[in-house]
Amino acid sequence: MIPALDFSGLKEARWWQFAVRFFLGGAVTVCTGLIAERFGPVVGGLFLSFPAIFPATATLIERHETEKKSKAGINGRARGRKAAALDAAGAIFGGWGMLCFGCAAWLALPRYSTGLALALAAILWLIVSASLWWGGRHWGG
Amino acid sequence: MELLWRFLLGGAMVSSFALIGDVLRPKRFAGIFGGAPSVALATLALTAAKSGSAIAALEARSMILSSLGFVLYVYVAQKLLATARWSPLLVSLGGLTIWGLVAVMAGLLLRFAGT
Repeated sequence: MIPALDFSGLKEARWWQFAVRFFLGGAVTVCTGLIAERFGPVVGGLFLSFPAIFPATATLIERHETEKKSKAGINGRARGRKAAALDAAGAIFGGWGMLCFGCAAWLALPRYSTGLALALAAILWLIVSASLWWGGRHWGG
Repeated sequence: MELLWRFLLGGAMVSSFALIGDVLRPKRFAGIFGGAPSVALATLALTAAKSGSAIAALEARSMILSSLGFVLYVYVAQKLLATARWSPLLVSLGGLTIWGLVAVMAGLLLRFAGT
């Protein structure tokens, strides 16, 4: 299956679900900055990989899937957990990509402008993550 | 004022990557956005602007080690969600201790390595 856009899930989403993710993302970034200020960049940097997206997304996916399947008379909860497990499987690939992002940012930041260094690191994250997903599909990972 | 910028930029980054994951299919591909470096992009950009690229690079180096904690965290979460009967909320929040333990070990390693 080729990745594609599907906006139907957005119709089921509530405004507060977006607000929660915005608040969590903002709060984690503020805390990371405060920790780096107090304990230095080596300790502060550890928090750059904090799972800010996965917990909220996995919970939302389960809720949507449970509601959808329950309406169709299927055991919604089990389906919801399976959908969240699929999301987690993808996040594993994203995590390896995140590690590569860190390597690229570490090497590129002292050499190039901040914008270029972070853009290169983000592109590498996407290439590594998507390649692992693609490889997993083709070689059963 | 700086904290407000941090909050807005971090919130916008996390929301944007999460939103992209929401509208992508299949679900397993969309899941890679759960591992997007959203906090890292916001923090590194602000650190580089405030303290310079060398300090931001130090933060990125620490992130390499703690990313291993992220991978272990989502790996365990995936196994539990696929086999156990626990809710994603319990698994994803309880599992944060795994990420935390790896981050603490990475911090100690960097400290003893004298960096």
